[in-house]
Amino acid sequence: MAVKEFDKPELKEFSTIPKLVEEATSHLAPFKSNEEFQQSLGYPGELVENWQDKALDKMGELLKKYRSLRVYMDSCIQCGACTDKCHYYLGTKDPHNMPVGRQNLMRGVYRKHFTLPGKYFPKLVGAVDLTREVLDDWYSYYHQCSQCRRCAVFCPIGIDTAEISMAAREIMDSVGVGQKYCNEIIGKVHKIGNNLGLPEPALADTLEGLEEDVLDDIGIDVKFPLDQKDSEVLLVTPSADFFAEPHVDGLIGYAKVFHQAGISWTLSSHASEAANFGMFIGSYDNMKKLALRIREAAIKLNVKRIVFGECGHAWRVAYSFLNTLAGPFDFLDPRYPVPQHICEITYDLMNKNVLTFDKSANDDKIITFHDSCNVARASNMGDVIGGQFTIPRDIIKATTNKFFDMEEDTIKEKTYCCGGGGGLLTDDLIELRMKGAQPRMEALKRVVEDHGVTHMAAICAICKSQFSKAFQYYGFELDQIISLHQLVGNALIMNKKEL
Amino acid sequence: MSFVTIFYGISFYVATLILFIGLAYRVYEYATIPAPLKIPTPPAPKTKKGVAVRLIREVVFFESLFAATKWTWLFGWLFHFALLLAAFRHLRYFTDPVWFWVSWEVVQAAGHYAGYVMVFGLLGLLGRRIFVDRVRYISNPSDYLMLLLIILIALSGLAMKWVHTDIYAVKQFFIGLMYFQWAELPSDFVLLLHLTLVLVLMIIFPYSKLLHAPGLFFSPTRNQTDTARDSRHIADWAKKMETRE
Repeated sequence: MAVKEFDKPELKEFSTIPKLVEEATSHLAPFKSNEEFQQSLGYPGELVENWQDKALDKMGELLKKYRSLRVYMDSCIQCGACTDKCHYYLGTKDPHNMPVGRQNLMRGVYRKHFTLPGKYFPKLVGAVDLTREVLDDWYSYYHQCSQCRRCAVFCPIGIDTAEISMAAREIMDSVGVGQKYCNEIIGKVHKIGNNLGLPEPALADTLEGLEEDVLDDIGIDVKFPLDQKDSEVLLVTPSADFFAEPHVDGLIGYAKVFHQAGISWTLSSHASEAANFGMFIGSYDNMKKLALRIREAAIKLNVKRIVFGECGHAWRVAYSFLNTLAGPFDFLDPRYPVPQHICEITYDLMNKNVLTFDKSANDDKIITFHDSCNVARASNMGDVIGGQFTIPRDIIKATTNKFFDMEEDTIKEKTYCCGGGGGLLTDDLIELRMKGAQPRMEALKRVVEDHGVTHMAAICAICKSQFSKAFQYYGFELDQIISLHQLVGNALIMNKKEL
Repeated sequence: MSFVTIFYGISFYVATLILFIGLAYRVYEYATIPAPLKIPTPPAPKTKKGVAVRLIREVVFFESLFAATKWTWLFGWLFHFALLLAAFRHLRYFTDPVWFWVSWEVVQAAGHYAGYVMVFGLLGLLGRRIFVDRVRYISNPSDYLMLLLIILIALSGLAMKWVHTDIYAVKQFFIGLMYFQWAELPSDFVLLLHLTLVLVLMIIFPYSKLLHAPGLFFSPTRNQTDTARDSRHIADWAKKMETRE
């Protein structure tokens, strides 16, 4: 199905808050999951009979399982602080894309069916029945949220729309209305081990090819080991790192770091995916199953540490949830946190002078850094508050001579999502993705004009893929988005020692 | 005993029960529903003490709101702070003998002027609801009515400065309610209007968005420590899903 033509947002010199346009993106919704993909995750294949009762039952269940959902349904003051904070609202002008507008799609149903005023005075408090139209709105607008949590930072109560859109997706899945992109991918990981459905022989082949490429390039036999038992480190990285650009340059960077530091490492064909799309659909169950593959791989390969590659939502699940979902990890080396981020590894080695850099190798670039939403707002690095902001920047500053941050209210905890996170990185949502990228593109344009920035580094597979598209759309070059570890790999001074 | 006294006496008992039992029940619910995953937003504290500091900053300064929008922060903060000062002033009607600091001139005067500040803040918030298209879009009738209710409470309270009310008798009435030795309530119109609106506020509190007050303390994005890697955080219902040894 061809994507309908849409108006291209203009990048303005100063960001402004647009006047709202009702129903501006009500036509946008991702492809629905078919019966096969639904059932492989244990969900009904199509909209079930008496779906309203089932959906309300599910909602009641989630309200008792997640304090966040319950408190956030009750506590919104409708103050409007969040209304101009979502990149999708700024890009689409649709009021349902204001965080509170999005929440109210569920809050209306909550008030009607779970509160007294909503039951007796629905008009007064905006309570609505869960009709087919409401369900359609849910499907449309809960798939126009990338769960980036920018709104949650600004909310005086800390209401996190991601919690609500995750619950909405879980409720919809439970009555047979799922999203194709996410559910197909989760099915592949359950069956094969990664989002791409890349089986072990293909993976082994790809890694061998990479070894040859690096050998040709720098004359050093950097290994990309797969399923190597008794390695020190199990590296879990997004499968896009295996072949997509610019992701793969990041993977080469990690391999060079391990090689140079003399740390034995391995990838696993069983857990060949860092991303955990179970989070996107709000399914604790699926998220746990996916996370357990990593535990199983770590046990089978008898490793001492687990390290994650550059991937935003993956790092959220890893840092914040892995211990909960698949712990305790008492069989790993207790001297290291579980899991670690590749940036933490590089940063530590850099500070111990195990890694040394020739910054001039990156002199052809002037760098800015995009804080990926789920790293910035849902995890941390190192042992200090704010490590997720300082560690990547310190690595960039150690490996390049020219670095400029974008405007303060577009970075760190106030960073804008790339526009493709949360299970929306699919071509059937291209209009939403391009419009959602607008705030980040405006901030980038300003540093390009003010400081001559040539490249934006990122530490998330989704960001990298999304920006490859958005850059071309907004008149930048596709190769201006790079992996942070590409800078590391370029600048790292390698000596020819064997492992 | 006049009808007015009996009616308001019973109403205040009922409203007090609804407010306190309702709130206690909500707090019980919030406290017993698990937060199965670690979801604090940055900058997330590592310790419980850090969480306490964070919550105090949110409650006292509305820190996140300040970062979000200065106008809403200004009006909202002025209203809430003024409400607190007005509440302090009112303590003299419920304490006998009056707590020493409540009778301080500065507390009494501040409580009085706070009434005007409250109205100013609330009108500002109402203005935002009416004039900012995004806030107008999300506003339900109840959102306007809630503001009007509190504005009228403040105005009727301020009006008693000018319209004579036997404040001593009012105090006897409330102290009487508290010690179950009822006294007559003066039946002045402005006073009864003020008390009626307060009754409404007390009754709707546990059933409305006013639950943002306890809600903030139970908001996982704000009250959790950032210690996911250090110790295992798991809900009881999630423990039952553990299949391995």
